[in-house]
Amino acid sequence: MVSEVSPEAMGAAHGSATPPAPEPSGRDRRAHDPRARIHLAVDRPNRHSDDRDTIVEFRDVSCYYGPFRAIRDVSLAIPRHEVSAIIGPSGSGKSTLLRTINRMNDLVPTARTEGAILFDGVDIYRPGVDAVGVRRRVGMVFQKPNPFPKSIYENVAFGPRVNGYRGNLGELVERSLRRAALWDEVKDKLRSSALALSGGQQQRLCIARAIATEPEVILMDEPCSALDPRATLQIEDLMRELSERYTIVIVTHNMQQAARASDMTAFITMDESRAGYLVEVAPTLTIFTNPEHRLTEDYISGRFG
Amino acid sequence: MSGLARAAEAPRFEPALMQRRLSGTLFYGACLAAIGLTLLAILLLLYDIFTRGLSHLDVDFLTGVPSRFPDRAGVLPALVGSLQLGILLAAIAFPVGVAAAVYLEEYARQSRLNQLLRTNIANLAGVPSIVYGIFGLALFVRALGLGYTLIAAALTLALLILPVVIISTMEAIRAVPPSQREAAYALGATRWQVVSGAVLPAAAPGIMTGTILAMARAIGETAPLILVGAVTFVTYLPGPFEGGYTVLPIQVYSWAARFQPAFQEISATAIIVLLALLVVLNVLALVVRVRLSRHLQW
Repeated sequence: MVSEVSPEAMGAAHGSATPPAPEPSGRDRRAHDPRARIHLAVDRPNRHSDDRDTIVEFRDVSCYYGPFRAIRDVSLAIPRHEVSAIIGPSGSGKSTLLRTINRMNDLVPTARTEGAILFDGVDIYRPGVDAVGVRRRVGMVFQKPNPFPKSIYENVAFGPRVNGYRGNLGELVERSLRRAALWDEVKDKLRSSALALSGGQQQRLCIARAIATEPEVILMDEPCSALDPRATLQIEDLMRELSERYTIVIVTHNMQQAARASDMTAFITMDESRAGYLVEVAPTLTIFTNPEHRLTEDYISGRFG
Repeated sequence: MSGLARAAEAPRFEPALMQRRLSGTLFYGACLAAIGLTLLAILLLLYDIFTRGLSHLDVDFLTGVPSRFPDRAGVLPALVGSLQLGILLAAIAFPVGVAAAVYLEEYARQSRLNQLLRTNIANLAGVPSIVYGIFGLALFVRALGLGYTLIAAALTLALLILPVVIISTMEAIRAVPPSQREAAYALGATRWQVVSGAVLPAAAPGIMTGTILAMARAIGETAPLILVGAVTFVTYLPGPFEGGYTVLPIQVYSWAARFQPAFQEISATAIIVLLALLVVLNVLALVVRVRLSRHLQW
């Protein structure tokens, strides 16, 4: 069975009437890049860990909190150096899914994950893999900005310090702050408290802090939900820039944000037993203009439930 | 029909503004009376102590040793004893208490045994100090053979304040938002790095305040120290492992128990010294709290 199709081939492969794809704008270039393969839920399991364009691959992943199944058999490939969005209704397990990638769910005593998540082809849930080591390579930015009550410098330096960074810490802090588009605003007050910054600045500081451990993937769990529209746009622009170097996976409630800022979108929803499952994953443009599933269409057009 | 419907839907508020304002005013008055009474009691106490004791407060009193003659008596051994006791106490109770609280909050799983442990620690905080004195006498003085020494007294008082240190540290740790731990874990910190690098620094002001207040309480303790061998007439400065130490509350007690009025006066003077020591400790707690919490605000 064909497990991957290029966006152009999708309409034909599934026999649905597809309107001619609109001319790709600069912003959507990546979404229409034939290398950006998409993986359909109906085609699982996807077996292409040798695919150079995939950095994280879910294989039949299920998550449980005690007896409750929060995620059911998700198979999904996250393309490298792109922004991938996970959308879906509240309680569908978007955050749970995101947190399997850096094994943050391990911190919940009753949580359990089944299946495999391949990071560069290696299952991070295999025995012998240390979650602490995974988290240096998979950074995370949270819903509410959560800087440490320390100076701006110390916030960024925390990750490198705990991971035994041997290089020039000052340079690393500056580079991280520059990449998070915060350097010019804070370069004269690196020693002052991070909590004196505005909400948007704090969130960019958290991004700089995540960058400082030189991760390959950055997870963002509704990173703009506590920010005003202006700060939100700054973060969205930043995600776009960061995807040159890093792979970004973002969970969002905000349809416009997913549409604006991501290259690929995965829609998950929950079944009768409230377990989240993957409905559809496709280039963002396709999801928003020509979704394959009725559920997706209902959700993005606000007719959900 | 329409009239009936209107009557049923008409909003019916009874503002009773006068009554609501009156009850507010009454409550405000009650609060004011409570703080007034408290202040009055403290002021009376201070007035009584200062009028009787202030005239004896001079350098000779601070640097002198107890004497049969009230004019020549001083509090140096008691003052030094209290300071030494405080330092030893902090050195024992602080690390043990904080470590125990970190275990209970950050490491222990939510089992029934741990729940029992927490409840019991809270109960221990309410045990009368004399009971700790009896225990200290049996364990430190006799069983461990430390004798009637300052170190045995410090260990006994450490046990006395441990529950308070543990509870206030647990409260301080619990007040650190989970998002702080998540932030540290997500950067690849181990559990110990999360605790030492994120949780404890954020909890530090609360921990310091709780510990210093507990210390202040122990510095003022008398009852358990009588049992573990503080003596009332010390004319030299013993080391922590030597016998024959005394502390300020004991000195106050011994002078106050004499019938000559002059001794009761210098007892009041010793109280002033003790109060000054406690004020210093409390100011220290305040300064530490302000300094440490300058960066803190969630």
